[in-house]
Amino acid sequence: MKKGRKIKPGRLEQRENMIGYLFILPWLIGIVLLVLWPMIQSFQYSLNRIKLLPQGMAMLYVGTENYSQIFLTDPDFIMGLETYLLETLIAVPVIVSFSLIIAMLLNQKISCRGIFRMIFFLPIIIASGPVMQQLADQEAASIPMMNVTMIEQLLDEYLPHVLAASITSVFSNMITLLWYSGVQILIFLAALQKIDTSLYEAAKIDGGSKWECFWKITLPTVKPMILLNVVYTVIFMSNNEQNSLIVLIYDTMLSATGGYGYASAMAWLYSVIESAIVIFFAVLIMGRKDVYERRAKKYRRELKKEKRLEKKIRKRGERNERKYAKHKQKQEQRQSEKSA
Amino acid sequence: MQNTNKSRSKDSLKKVLSAQNREQMKYKVRKFIFGSKDTEGAGKLAVIYLLLISIGFVYLYPVLYMISKSFMNLNDLLDTSVNWIPSSLYTNNYVQAFKSMDYWKTFRDSIVIAGVPTLINVVICAIVGYGFARYEFKGKKILIGLLLFSFILPPQATMMPTYVFYTNIGLINSLKAFIVPALLGQGIKSQIFILIFYNFFRQIPKVLIEAAKIDGAGHFRIFRKIALPSAAPAILVVFLFSIVWYWNESYLTQLYVVGAFTSSADTYHWSSLIVSLKNFENSYNNARSVAGSGMVDINESIKMAGTMLSILPLLIMYLVLQKQFVESVDRAGITGE
Repeated sequence: MKKGRKIKPGRLEQRENMIGYLFILPWLIGIVLLVLWPMIQSFQYSLNRIKLLPQGMAMLYVGTENYSQIFLTDPDFIMGLETYLLETLIAVPVIVSFSLIIAMLLNQKISCRGIFRMIFFLPIIIASGPVMQQLADQEAASIPMMNVTMIEQLLDEYLPHVLAASITSVFSNMITLLWYSGVQILIFLAALQKIDTSLYEAAKIDGGSKWECFWKITLPTVKPMILLNVVYTVIFMSNNEQNSLIVLIYDTMLSATGGYGYASAMAWLYSVIESAIVIFFAVLIMGRKDVYERRAKKYRRELKKEKRLEKKIRKRGERNERKYAKHKQKQEQRQSEKSA
Repeated sequence: MQNTNKSRSKDSLKKVLSAQNREQMKYKVRKFIFGSKDTEGAGKLAVIYLLLISIGFVYLYPVLYMISKSFMNLNDLLDTSVNWIPSSLYTNNYVQAFKSMDYWKTFRDSIVIAGVPTLINVVICAIVGYGFARYEFKGKKILIGLLLFSFILPPQATMMPTYVFYTNIGLINSLKAFIVPALLGQGIKSQIFILIFYNFFRQIPKVLIEAAKIDGAGHFRIFRKIALPSAAPAILVVFLFSIVWYWNESYLTQLYVVGAFTSSADTYHWSSLIVSLKNFENSYNNARSVAGSGMVDINESIKMAGTMLSILPLLIMYLVLQKQFVESVDRAGITGE
């Protein structure tokens, strides 16, 4: 070995880790070329008015005019946005809780489990845009026995109209919503099967009922999956071809009055809003602490309080002792003076 | 006197016994219906089955509806007394839909459109996932964040520049428009597949890799000989889902591969079943005007037959591979955080 060329510990590993870049190289190129660069470009488009000419695109810088046009003069986007927001906020909890229930039902020891699973995973295969469109056209996407108009009337009496309308749309598209929950059921089921059964046994020995087991074992364990499913559902609902806003963007892109620039502005706004919804749900779920965390926090706080009290008492005791000692000293002094 | 006393005591004993019996019966019945802590009660099971069956019916309802409608002839459609079961097995709808969709050619195209990018997707996502899982390079966390971000981003945000870009380098209206993104790890939902592989490869014990390294295996050899063979469940999941999602993608297929706006005669004209279903009405009317009087007017039954035909290959695949579909998800560790 040559002098002065000492290999530092960890160097070798570091160099090996450089190989990692080689492995992810295709993806790195892809994300720069097909995600980041188009994003920047589309932002640039959104600040321009673009005309497609035979010799290429003609761009005319207009600043934020596209955005102000969306908010001030174009009614379609804002209206579509309103219904999209309401529907997403209502449909996501419905889908996620429904898929959790189905997954729990399927996780039990029942016969014909395979057949039931097959039925519930079927939508993953066939729930694509055009198929759903065809079914919705035939009105096969709503439950036949359900009287939607009655529900609508009932809701209209008690709730503001906008809310009632969106809840009704959830009911009338029930099958569509159920069909969108295939992947979610799959994820929940996989998570439920990973829960250690000894946990339930221990709870049973301690006298926990099924209800308590659900709230204190099942739910905290699948909590990360709930977040995953919520994010997946939001993305799926938003990037779906049935979504009216997506259709609007697509139409605008091809229309004579809109063009690429205007559509880019819409797409940008849309992605910002979608990310905001994802973040909203993430905060809502991860911000909520479960029973144990709360209890542990409370316990810690009480412990601290007790300690403080203890300290206080000790200090007071010390002070009192000192006082007492002083007092005694004085008394002794006085006595000695008296005796003297 | 003694006798009556005796009989009375017997009576009371009987009463007590019968009361006990009744209690026991009650307990047994309750146990039978609600179940104890160890076993499920029959009543509870019945409720579970009832729920599963009724929800299952709701799930299957559109499919059943589709099948039943697709076999109805025009008279059955108009007849209000025919609700579910058609009066005769009328297969002409399928024949008509089959013709108007140009089924064999479309079917072959669909398989190629779904299959080729899927194969590339599996390979590339496995490589990238392995890279993320095995090596600790600088900026890994940021890159994973970027991966998640690109998953959240709606495709519309990047669609227009991408379309222009593809047009400029001549990818549009050919299968290349699907192959190139898949090669660069940006295919349809590739992010999910990368994450699946990432999760899976992280579970491979490091000892195994170190042992291979000591035996003189290089990085790619370790990947090929140790990581890949053990990732069979993950590969299966990615393969199945990728094929399904590519098959069902109508929007991007129409935009990039089929060519919605520009269709030149000299190149091969791609088509896929889902896209042709999307434009079913138009294509049917076109076919009808070409064929002349041989085809009837379009109606619901023909549309349903077309829908059925377009999902039939996937349905068959599902029925054959349903066990793999259901089980692979547990084994692939999608949820192994």
